[in-house]
Amino acid sequence: MARLARLDLTDDELAALKDELSDLLDHVDRIRRLETHDVPPTAHPLPLTNVFRPDEVAESLERDEVLAAAPASENGRFLVPPVLGEAP
Amino acid sequence: MSASSLLDRGVAAIASAIRTGEARAADLVEEALARVDAGERELHCFQTVTADEARRAAEAVDAAVGRGEDPGPLAGVPIALKDNMCTRGTVTTCSSKILENWIPPYDGTVVARLRSAGALIVGKTNLDEFAMGSSTENSAFGPTRNPWDTSRVPGGSSGGSSAAVAAGYVPVSFGSDTGGSIRQPASLCGVVGIKPTYGRVSRYGLIAFASSLDQIGSFGVTVADATTAFEAIAGHDPHDSTSINLPAPSLAATLGEGVDGLRVGLIEDFLDQVAPACAAASSAAAEALESSGAKCESVSIPEMLLGLPAYYIIAPAEASSNLARYDGVRYGLRVDGPDAEAMNGRTRAAGFGPEVRRRIMIGTYALSAGYYDAYYGQAQKARTLTIRAFDSAYERFDVLLAPTTPSPAFKFGEKTKNPIDMYLSDLCTIPSNLSGHPAVSVPFALDENGLPVGVQVLAPALGESVMLRVAAVLEAAAPGDCRGPVLGPRSSTHA
Amino acid sequence: MPDRATPGYETVVGLEVHCELSTRTKLFCGCANEFGAEPNTNICPVCLGLPGSLPVLNEKAVEFAMRIGEALHCEILPSIFHRKNYFYPDMPKDYQVSQYDEPINVGGHLELPDGTVVGIVRAHMEEDTGKTTHVGGGGRIHEAEQSLVDYNRAGVPLVEIVSAPDIRSAEQARAYVSELRGILVATRASDGRMEEGSLRVDANISVRPAGSSDYGTRCEVKNLNSLRSLGRAIDYEARRQVELLESGEAVRQETRHWDESASVTHMLRSKEEAYDYRYFPEPDLVPLVPENELRRRASAGIGVLPAERRSHLVSVLGGRDHAAPVMDQVQTVLELSLDGLVASAVHAGADPKHALNRAANELAAQGEKAATLAPESFAALLSLEASGALSATQAKAVLAELVSSGGEPSVVARKLGFEQLADDELSSVIDAVIAGHPEEWERYADGDKKVAGFLMGEVMKATRGRANGKVVAQAFTARLG
Ligand SMILES: [Mg+2]
Ligand SMILES: [Zn+2]
Repeated sequence: MARLARLDLTDDELAALKDELSDLLDHVDRIRRLETHDVPPTAHPLPLTNVFRPDEVAESLERDEVLAAAPASENGRFLVPPVLGEAP
Repeated sequence: MSASSLLDRGVAAIASAIRTGEARAADLVEEALARVDAGERELHCFQTVTADEARRAAEAVDAAVGRGEDPGPLAGVPIALKDNMCTRGTVTTCSSKILENWIPPYDGTVVARLRSAGALIVGKTNLDEFAMGSSTENSAFGPTRNPWDTSRVPGGSSGGSSAAVAAGYVPVSFGSDTGGSIRQPASLCGVVGIKPTYGRVSRYGLIAFASSLDQIGSFGVTVADATTAFEAIAGHDPHDSTSINLPAPSLAATLGEGVDGLRVGLIEDFLDQVAPACAAASSAAAEALESSGAKCESVSIPEMLLGLPAYYIIAPAEASSNLARYDGVRYGLRVDGPDAEAMNGRTRAAGFGPEVRRRIMIGTYALSAGYYDAYYGQAQKARTLTIRAFDSAYERFDVLLAPTTPSPAFKFGEKTKNPIDMYLSDLCTIPSNLSGHPAVSVPFALDENGLPVGVQVLAPALGESVMLRVAAVLEAAAPGDCRGPVLGPRSSTHA
Repeated sequence: MPDRATPGYETVVGLEVHCELSTRTKLFCGCANEFGAEPNTNICPVCLGLPGSLPVLNEKAVEFAMRIGEALHCEILPSIFHRKNYFYPDMPKDYQVSQYDEPINVGGHLELPDGTVVGIVRAHMEEDTGKTTHVGGGGRIHEAEQSLVDYNRAGVPLVEIVSAPDIRSAEQARAYVSELRGILVATRASDGRMEEGSLRVDANISVRPAGSSDYGTRCEVKNLNSLRSLGRAIDYEARRQVELLESGEAVRQETRHWDESASVTHMLRSKEEAYDYRYFPEPDLVPLVPENELRRRASAGIGVLPAERRSHLVSVLGGRDHAAPVMDQVQTVLELSLDGLVASAVHAGADPKHALNRAANELAAQGEKAATLAPESFAALLSLEASGALSATQAKAVLAELVSSGGEPSVVARKLGFEQLADDELSSVIDAVIAGHPEEWERYADGDKKVAGFLMGEVMKATRGRANGKVVAQAFTARLG
């Protein structure tokens, strides 16, 4: 789970988290056992549909400003340590 | 600092004095900055004080007045913004190490609206990291102290914003409310806190915690001030797909219309879950409304108690996704590693504090294959049940009344040992976030320790007008000493 | 149909085609959707995933997606967006906004020129990622020393079109992608340029014993960036799987990568390593409902689809039942949008076969520019050639000139020196050639047709190619008399 969340935690941290998470899961267990036959899920509190923007070009950011805020960059691109493997 | 200072006379008085040229924004901002200077060593309301910027904004307001222009409804009003709202050119940290030095290249919609309304942004206020918490103890840069009693928390996550108003630095401030993060600290600090209907205020530029629950709102010393502040930021924004396409509501004009004939339901399910002072305050509030002409009744809505567990699945799930972007690639902290994946993992472990990690983990779990239906799916259904319960209550009542918090301000460290103790702070506020309905906390009483206790007025979607009328009546009925500002910390030695 | 490459087995292919839409701006922000811009110049808070930014859906992208759905005979349904969560540096938010279990288009089909009907499972909307360049280690991903990321492409609107496993060969897979490309171009939803990455294909490939109706275990092959790669990868992968089965091993379900330079696929990950994307409804976007007004606007923008153009062209050419080579020419003409030229030439009196030939060969050789030729020029040129005023060689040269510089065919012919010889001049040249080669003429008169070529060549030499071969041949026949 920590790997899926990309958190590089120590064994002690993981152990502590594990206990806290199991407490929390006990606490929310009520939800798991809820009788929800015929109850539709609510993903969103508002009944809005079809919100669009017109296909019109708006100003982009200044590249130099953006790259200056980046941890590392080179030749107009964001620089990162080697990416191993392709996207999943 | 005399109580007759313009700074303490409310937003309407300030804006009017500035617009007519009776007072200068430049002077007002100096006064606000002087108060900040005097109080901050002890309180730590602010993450960043933007003195120079506030002075420049004040000059611009004064210059506009000089040219005969209208600088806007918040002309010359010093304000404070929770540090999870993007301000162009000013560091925006979310009280997290991962954004410690991040300077947004853009203004959020609310920030832009406040600037053009003539407000003077005095600083960015402290919060629980990424708005996850109820005490500001989760700030990576140290907690904020409650001006009423500096041994106690101001609440959270907008604790810096509520405390800044309670301390008299600014008459109004802005925060965000995902599970109670405006109302709970408002209650603990003796100020008014409005959480608007979801979609009333643009979220563009608000650093997301849980997107379907987050809503920006206002704090004020008075209902009128908080209302004016809310009006200045409300209204449709094409940059937020979930923004309601309606004009900003005009509320100040109807604030004084009273509650005669209104049907008020006191939610009784919370009463045995909260401290006696909090339960007593909401019962007293019902009586006060009754004697002002409203018809009050107790009502049981058992689904309200589903809110907390549903919230602690939905909010972390959304957060786990919203916070994925802090990966060390484009902005913010990077801790290097031999490859990109290692760099990501190290950056995130170093950049996120314990509570944020905890929520990311629980959210990742709740969304993962095999658990989605049991947790996230079920929580979404609990959300439907909560909304249905509200809907049927609002067939009988115009507004609902409830305690804001289970207890008044608690001591530092009191609830940090067990996360679930802290989570319970949001018990009474969470249902309105799940339903997207508006709610406001109004200071209404003092407990046995002299700490403020708020009560909560809840209304159906877009029901801000009636909700704030009720709040105004409660405010008038409340003892004057239960609300801020507390000019100079009132006490640091309360038992 | 048993495959030639893998006798005794049938190849089964389903394709996932990612198609970039031709909107002016990205899917959720106003940054330009533009190929080949300087790195990181088309970026904003939204497509960079800056804290606090929010997406707003591009209406034109929705219209294009609906057009694609309609052109593929899909049902166009209310839909929602989900977040597909995974970490990768070229994905600014570390989740992709995509349609998951409620996509906009479901259940259509596409008919190939050979009549095969390929089912379309779905065609959903999603956003593209940025581009990662691996630096050092010769650009190979696993040896890179560092990586560079450009987010110009991040947030470009995509429609992912998922076919049913109805394709049975590499050749059919290529035909499917060509036909799909034609449809996308006709709907104006995409420019269909594979070389610019506007179309990217993943193939799900399995094999089964010929005659079986069960599906074999499939492998998904990624990184197929041209029709050529697609065909080669399918053939390779089918052979690889057949070899496994023949040697008694099982095919394992996995994701594989096509390595173009080595012409092989290699494993990326097994089914067991399948990533947990933790899909959930995107809370920052609201549901999409294909209301009538949207449907009307989408439909109105659809041009004439390739199938309709094909049947029209075939009828212009004299009806059904054309031989395969003719159908190949038809396909070429359609792909280069030369069908209008052929049809108008035929209407102006040209021989259908002649028009098709010139269009599919000489015009096609001129590439995309060929479609700019004026229909009346093409018709006029064909008629000059048919009348004998221009030889075939001359006609081809004039055609090339017409495409590159324009003009009127007879004027261009004259400019190129293809002015027809006066009849009497040609006549005396022929007489002189006969007189100069009496032996050859004798043999020709005796019925030795092979020598005709020699005599013709002599006439051409004497006229520097200005003579029309048909006219000369007629003259020879007349003189035998
Ligand atoms: Mg996809
Ligand atoms: Zn953008």
